[in-house]
Amino acid sequence: MILTKLLSDTPRSAVLIGLCFAVLLILPWLHLMPETSAFHLSAYWITLIGKIMALAMVALALDLVWGYAGILSLGHGLYFALGGYAFGMYLTRETAGDALPDFMRFLSWTEMPWYWAGTQHFWWAVALVVLVPGLVAFIFGFFAFRSKIKGVYFSIITQAMVYAAALLFFRNETGFGGNNGFTGFTTLLGYDITAASTRSMLCFVTVLALLVSYMGLRHLMNQPYGRVLGAIRDSENRLQYLGYRTLWYKLSAWVLSAVIAGIAGALYVPQVGIINPSEMNPVNSIEIAVWVATGGRGSLIGAILGTGVVNAVKTYFTVAYPEFWLLILGGLFVVVTLFLPNGIMGLFDRFKKEKQ
Amino acid sequence: MQHHTLRPFVGPTSSKNGNNPQASASEVMQYAARFSIYAPLRLLALMALCITTFTTMAYADHDGQVHDHDTDTAHSEQSLVTPVNVATSTQASISNISTATTNSGDAIQQFVAGDFSKRQAMLSDWPGSAESLDSLVEFIANDELYQGNGGQTYLLNKDDQLFTYPDKKETADWPSDLSQITLTNALRSALIFGQAKVKLESDKPAQRLQAVEILADNIDQVDPAIITTAAANEDSAKVQKALTALQARIDFKNGDLPTQIAAVNLLADSDNPQVLVDIESALAADNLDSALEAALIDAESSVSRRIEISTWTGHIFTGMSTASILLLAALGLAITFGLLGVINMAHGELIMIGAYTTYMVQNFFQAYMPDMAGWYLLAAIPAAFLVSAIIGMIIERIVIRPLYGRELETLLATFGVSLILMQLVRMIFGAQNVEVSNVAWLSGAYQVSSSLVLPYNRIAIIGFTVIVVALLVYLLNKTRFGLFIRAVTQNRQMAHAVGIPSARIDMMAFGLGSGLAGMAGCALAQVGNVGPDLGQTYIIDTFLVVVVGGVGQVWGAVLAALGLGVSGTVLEIGIGAVLAKIVLLVLVILFIQKRPQGLFALKGRFVE
Repeated sequence: MILTKLLSDTPRSAVLIGLCFAVLLILPWLHLMPETSAFHLSAYWITLIGKIMALAMVALALDLVWGYAGILSLGHGLYFALGGYAFGMYLTRETAGDALPDFMRFLSWTEMPWYWAGTQHFWWAVALVVLVPGLVAFIFGFFAFRSKIKGVYFSIITQAMVYAAALLFFRNETGFGGNNGFTGFTTLLGYDITAASTRSMLCFVTVLALLVSYMGLRHLMNQPYGRVLGAIRDSENRLQYLGYRTLWYKLSAWVLSAVIAGIAGALYVPQVGIINPSEMNPVNSIEIAVWVATGGRGSLIGAILGTGVVNAVKTYFTVAYPEFWLLILGGLFVVVTLFLPNGIMGLFDRFKKEKQ
Repeated sequence: MQHHTLRPFVGPTSSKNGNNPQASASEVMQYAARFSIYAPLRLLALMALCITTFTTMAYADHDGQVHDHDTDTAHSEQSLVTPVNVATSTQASISNISTATTNSGDAIQQFVAGDFSKRQAMLSDWPGSAESLDSLVEFIANDELYQGNGGQTYLLNKDDQLFTYPDKKETADWPSDLSQITLTNALRSALIFGQAKVKLESDKPAQRLQAVEILADNIDQVDPAIITTAAANEDSAKVQKALTALQARIDFKNGDLPTQIAAVNLLADSDNPQVLVDIESALAADNLDSALEAALIDAESSVSRRIEISTWTGHIFTGMSTASILLLAALGLAITFGLLGVINMAHGELIMIGAYTTYMVQNFFQAYMPDMAGWYLLAAIPAAFLVSAIIGMIIERIVIRPLYGRELETLLATFGVSLILMQLVRMIFGAQNVEVSNVAWLSGAYQVSSSLVLPYNRIAIIGFTVIVVALLVYLLNKTRFGLFIRAVTQNRQMAHAVGIPSARIDMMAFGLGSGLAGMAGCALAQVGNVGPDLGQTYIIDTFLVVVVGGVGQVWGAVLAALGLGVSGTVLEIGIGAVLAKIVLLVLVILFIQKRPQGLFALKGRFVE
């Protein structure tokens, strides 16, 4: 009963969503079936599923701040990439062994910068995945929300942030591999990163992380905390008159969102095998917003659904008709905002109402 | 964001009634009644005015370059040789040849046909005009001058096209033993000094100044007597000064001790980097006389300070021109942001479309009006304005209006539009950059001093921006259309209540803002690359200008663009382009902390 509540509002849809997640949790293991089997899934599909699930987590994170608290971030790619870089540092260290990573030797550096200290330990890297995006989000959010920057201004500044970060990471001297970023990972915790079992496990863990963050956020949004966030979106002033310190509500949601995005990035990197500053391209960050808008903002399952649909279309078109993909993406931005204010989920709701 | 100001709206035009809302409201009613289809016409008229002014300025610029080309025609009349041929249209295909060269072709032909001694004799006493000697020097420097078997003169350009001389017709009939005219060192220096001599004898001060520069470039071989005679006959203060400086440099190199010290003291007023090199190498020598050494040290600090000053003036100038581009790009955005409270993410693409329109106009001129090709820019400015304005108005109608009051959605929708526009341009024109040629009358540079050179196209962009800002301020503050824009910006409901057609104002103002973006694209095409990603390069900087400048404020945008442009350029020199950008972004974010409404906030009481 509690479980169905965590999945959806109505038992019927809860069963449906539960089934979908169950299938997604099983799919990664099909990769381990013998290749002759009809159920065998190739590495391409496993990676694709894992990738989309990681991206769906970022969409969830953005939906938390945009759909609930009404803060549109055009820079969530920053937290995603920070998480990815933090985990990438660990992977790079494991690949390099005791020696310096390749890109540092190319720069003829003799020792690692101080911020690389301890990154050879898995748990420290995992801690960084959470801490770095969280800290950056806290500092930025604190100043932004304190001086009551909101709406379009806030969005523009988040975009400027991610742009500045991309420029910073493009520099070789920053110590994160510059233009090329980190790539060529070989092992993760001692396991071969390209082995079928590792791939399956990574994909499984990603789906699990998505499920946990989905249910956790649903739970949180049904708490008074979630209601307050919704109230902030609808009328922050009225809420302040009632005595709420909206700063801390917004800030905590913002930091939580950044942490989820960071974890998503950390799960994304070992699966695609590369992290570079192009993840911080402002366009990528805006794209996350269109996933959420397509699925339906303010509905967590919508964010996941939107990511799945848009990325499936993207995967098809970038291969089949590469020149039309940007037209379709642009059209999607326009059509969704003009005609589907609540996205696909809004469409479902309308359909349901008409039936009744 | 809704602005609830106490006053319905107050503007300079209605200031006499400003304290009485009733009166000003009725005035607006009257205006609203009269406001009709004529508004676009008024806009066009303003555009025309703007273009005329720009043309005048451009012409002024052209005439202003006394430095490089004197009034060519006047000079060719004085030339000893009769004009041989009339310029034909094929002439345009050889780039750097002025009309004057054709008119005095004979001297060059004689030079080519002659043997060593004949050439030397010709160089020591050039029979043609100064311009023909200039073009001879240029031909030889570019390896373009060739000789046929019978001593005929040919020109071979870089694209391997052969032209006959002096009528400059392209010919397919290649002579069997075409040989390049190359000069021995003796002839080369004879050529240089011949050129300097002819120029020194010219009656145009600018020509004589050029001669001094030529001499200064070859200071090691200069005969001091030339300078002494030239200085004695010189009446222009500027040339005299240049001669004195040159004389001082020669004295410093060759003179005895007292002459050297006197020369060094004279040289202390120079800002020529070459002088600094001379002084430094002299200082490095051993056994210096103490008086000379003291003079040298003084001179070194003085010269290097001067050079520093003019270098920084140059940096500030570059910063100003960057700021002008930024401002042109941001003005339109500032207006629409102030009016509608939305950021138009497709603004960068409207700039890009303006640049592509410039490209199209250029191609049209080259194809159908080759004689006017140099003037395509004057047609491109209004064309870019119109194309971008029309596209902007369509965007406003289709995408922005239905989303009224939902700013964040508008942001996303206009971003979608920007993706579509970018991809369409990529599909039509290709992903590569297209080539927009610099117009001839904007190439070259104005030399303020030996270490400060200001390119004409940058000067023109600054001037153009100043004119656009002036026109925009006029439009906003002195016309009915501007009054309405300000009214709707301050308080949309109240403006609507007193009868201002706010929907139409929205569209018109959006068109104006987009048109300004188009003109920015036209200006950008003159200094940068034109490609489908052009808009993306400038858009974030443009947003920052608007955010820093404040909502709907022309002066805010001007100050913000100047601040960001100049400090950006200066920082770039100090710490490199990437770090400069990062520092600037961080500074802007910090600035927003202090002044969330930008430099100039609209006055009034805000609820949201």
